[in-house]
Amino acid sequence: MAMNREGRPTRPASEAVSAAAGTFTGHKGLQHEERLLFERGSADRSGVDLPEPKATRSRLGGLERQGEIGLPGLSEPETMRHYVRLSRQNYAIDMGPYPLGSCTMKHNPRLNERMARLPGLADVHPLQPQSTVEGAIRLIETLAGYLMELTGMPAVAMSPKAGAHGELAGMLAIKAAHDANGQSARRIVLVPESAHGTNPATAAFMGYAVKAIPARADGTVAAAAVEAALGPDVAALMLTNPNTCGLFEPEIVEIAAAVHEAGAYFYCDGANFNAIVGKVRPGDLGVDAMHINLHKTFSTPHGGGGPGAGPVVLSQALAPFAPLPFLVRENGRTRLVETTGEAEALGARPFGRLTAFHGQMGMFVRALAYMLSHGADGMRQASEDAVLNANYLRVMLADTFSLPFGNQACMHEVLFDDRFLKDTGVTTLDFAKAMIDEGYHPMTMYFPLVVHGAMLVEPTESESKETLDILVATLRHLAEAAKAGDAARFRDAPRLAPRRRLDETRAAREPRLRWRAETVAKKAAE
Amino acid sequence: MALERFSKDHEYVRLDGDIATIGITNHAQGQLGDIVFVEVPEVGRQVKAGEPAAVVESVKAASDVFSPVTGEVIETNASPVESPALVNEDAEGAAWLFKVRLSSRAELDGLMDRAAYEKFVEETA
Amino acid sequence: MRYLPLDDADRNAMLARVGVGSVDELFAAVPKDKLLTRLLDLPKAMGELEVEHELATLSNASTPAGSVPFFVGAGAYRHHVPATVDHLIQRSEFLTSYTPYQPEISQGTLQVLYEFQTQVALLADMDVANASMYDGSTATAEAVLMAHRLTRRKKAVLSGGLHPQYRAVIETLAQHGGSETVALAPDPADTEDIAPLIDDATSCVVVQYPSFYGSIRDLSEVAAAAHAKGALLIVAVTEIVALGLLKPPGAMGADIVAAEGQSLGNGLNFGGPYVGLFATRDRFVRQMPGRLAGETVDAEGRRGFVLTLSTREQHIRREKATSNICTNSGLAALAFSIHLTLLGQKGLARLARINHANAVDLAERLAAVPGVAVLNEAFFNEITIRVPGDAAETIERLAAKGVLGGVPVSRLEPDRKELADLIVVAATEVTTDKDRAALARALEEVV
Repeated sequence: MAMNREGRPTRPASEAVSAAAGTFTGHKGLQHEERLLFERGSADRSGVDLPEPKATRSRLGGLERQGEIGLPGLSEPETMRHYVRLSRQNYAIDMGPYPLGSCTMKHNPRLNERMARLPGLADVHPLQPQSTVEGAIRLIETLAGYLMELTGMPAVAMSPKAGAHGELAGMLAIKAAHDANGQSARRIVLVPESAHGTNPATAAFMGYAVKAIPARADGTVAAAAVEAALGPDVAALMLTNPNTCGLFEPEIVEIAAAVHEAGAYFYCDGANFNAIVGKVRPGDLGVDAMHINLHKTFSTPHGGGGPGAGPVVLSQALAPFAPLPFLVRENGRTRLVETTGEAEALGARPFGRLTAFHGQMGMFVRALAYMLSHGADGMRQASEDAVLNANYLRVMLADTFSLPFGNQACMHEVLFDDRFLKDTGVTTLDFAKAMIDEGYHPMTMYFPLVVHGAMLVEPTESESKETLDILVATLRHLAEAAKAGDAARFRDAPRLAPRRRLDETRAAREPRLRWRAETVAKKAAE
Repeated sequence: MALERFSKDHEYVRLDGDIATIGITNHAQGQLGDIVFVEVPEVGRQVKAGEPAAVVESVKAASDVFSPVTGEVIETNASPVESPALVNEDAEGAAWLFKVRLSSRAELDGLMDRAAYEKFVEETA
Repeated sequence: MRYLPLDDADRNAMLARVGVGSVDELFAAVPKDKLLTRLLDLPKAMGELEVEHELATLSNASTPAGSVPFFVGAGAYRHHVPATVDHLIQRSEFLTSYTPYQPEISQGTLQVLYEFQTQVALLADMDVANASMYDGSTATAEAVLMAHRLTRRKKAVLSGGLHPQYRAVIETLAQHGGSETVALAPDPADTEDIAPLIDDATSCVVVQYPSFYGSIRDLSEVAAAAHAKGALLIVAVTEIVALGLLKPPGAMGADIVAAEGQSLGNGLNFGGPYVGLFATRDRFVRQMPGRLAGETVDAEGRRGFVLTLSTREQHIRREKATSNICTNSGLAALAFSIHLTLLGQKGLARLARINHANAVDLAERLAAVPGVAVLNEAFFNEITIRVPGDAAETIERLAAKGVLGGVPVSRLEPDRKELADLIVVAATEVTTDKDRAALARALEEVV
């Protein structure tokens, strides 16, 4: 059996906590409980006034829906209240620090929202005649140019919808390049043990055999380890830089050279690009492909889990294999190339198409507005501040928390392990839940897997020194409370959030994935 | 008493004649946490030693269960499939996963007895 | 820089506390000759006003759909989005939160996703839906991969009524993921017979409803033909408003419904972000890709919601991995859900009727244009017309007259000469009588 070493409780402790003094409504002051839409709306209510349809004959060919859909509706004020109440049960970056390592929760400027709603960028159809969307095409071209300059790479595929999609695009370009060069026999992809889970999944999906390469204790990879694993059957190396422990790969140039020497390509996972924008360019390090999470580095809002955008920059060797669509500049005009025939006429050899239309335009506008606002100088400053903030947290907590690799400089995120909680009866999970009571969103927990009880803290450049000082004081108080034996504070946390700990075991054992009228009827009968 | 053997991947084999009963160890279920899903192989399938044959999932992890021995699957246990919690309650008893008719008894030599397995668990903890 | 709270005094104090003389000492792991000493060749920082000027220039160089009579569809549709939707999705707590990994402080997002899943399942008449995918095309491709896993077969049969770019996405993943596709010829007249192509190696049949060319037909027959061979029926829907009026795929035997949800709550956005809808039967849920919100209770026994069955996403066991692409489209799903909540069943049905009536009116007007033929018998809000001469040129000439008249099929199928005179034309509630008259008049002038 492939053993999981991160087994942790997924339901509340058995000594069930009794409810706090109740109110008649279930509300707690400003904190409102909100029933499901299906428990309050009705099929006959609507929050949209629509005119009578024009009187025409029906041409539905007898396919009209019979019976009720079962969708409730709400009037506009009810709708407003439903969603406003729900929204207030969420934490958000606009409320306080959101130091989720590897997620880059930075400030989301509202200017970008306004720009993304400009009619010539938002209210344009992807299949309008290209002659009527020159501004929209120029926006993509401009952003593409900025991404190439920021990364030092000569090409970029803009259409991938999120990071993992961009990763797939980059790896498919690598495969297509090998195929075109008579190198189809290369069937192995090297992935360090410390990599994000998507890396081996992507390689495996494409039929590659994944070969793990050992990492040093801090997750960094030695060039010698890569060299030892390389051979005529290796197609690519996939490496995250800065790595998942928040460290810059010190031998990355030697690694890239070794990969190229062996006839393979170097895929870099760009999830942590925020640490190095304007400081060092992946293209200068020998990277062949790297996706860029616009929703991390360039602040397009995470929106509760998407949408993202994952353009992938490509080296000269991979550029001809970029997926459809792509931009081409001819006679002073830029146009979208959307089909294989057109592409081949230009000498390109696209590996295919990964999505309908042209990519996440709404995210492109926001990312470009971010870049214009910051400028070359501001983006470099943002990276420096992100790195400085993380290092500041590191030194301010070094004596209380435990640093798995010693007190060495990190990039934009700092990794702690759970040794400082040894013998306290408090786990990383408990500690994170106690942070919720203090008004913080916890850091990333239990990732990366290379250290025990990992806590990965990424403050980003958006936090002030004052905010960091209060966060530090809070974290020190909590660590001292844990060491002083106040385990109950942690075990019962969170006590002050809209919900106490939730029973994930029950959710998985008896999945209830939608509301059903019959469940309600059954409950009433009981 | 039936012959018991254990793999380094935390499966147990209990032998009755040439029929091997296979499941995950009590130690393994403890490491996985609350088990929420179990999948067993089809009866009649030929499994090879070291090959994934069943699946055990907790909330946070999906784990392949490797068959420690080679042979034909002759019976599977519906109880842990219907009630995955049984694996947490009685991994080495009522929550066995499948039975295999052994092709080669010699494979058992590569496995550990209970004392050796317990020592292995202690050392790798 | 307005977005950066640290000032130089802070930075100096922090560098001193960290114990370094300059921030570059923190970049010591970067090879010396690779650390940039120059500023990148990009503009310097700008204030809000300057950024607005820059981007307004680009915006002004495009023709917004709302500024002209507009009939472009083919997988993305211009509908009216209530003001409430845009206000609510810009609330900080929705806009600036992450994936709900800490359920105690993410109940807002989680309950929305649970409601969204229910709404999608009801619309499609399926048992269960996920918390959304990138868009309709990727959802459809994921449905094909899911069918391969469920049937342990590797051949997908694609209807000629499927959106050509959806087909291309499926073919790309098939080509590189080691599976097979059989695509029927484009079927603008809606006459294809899929059944003979389904055999014992077929994992799934993919049909679009309404088809790319706008036609609708009962899918029960193709469902039966697929099921008879042990294959699954995947129904792709690019215009989700249609399901307010049409018999739902679930009632016709669909095993998986993969849809584009952009029409509700979301603008055209030049192609993204959109929201993929994905629904299936209960028995297939463990092979379904994407995130799922589920109901449970907290330590005090109160109802709450969590992300669940997430081991499907973590699987890295090759044959069981449900997807490498399983981010959702959270905010676009929220917009979809709010719009549908405002509409309710009654509003959605009326919206769909208006769409159909406008399309019928349009079909009649265009059929009356000399030389123009409407190909569809039964349709929802989109039709295919045949024009004398080249469709792409016709569309350009219409654009020159200030009418965006539809999508020439040749834009998506340039190698099919027999389709060169076809235009796909959509009419939603935003098209007025005047718009439709304008298109008919302009078409008469240009053909």
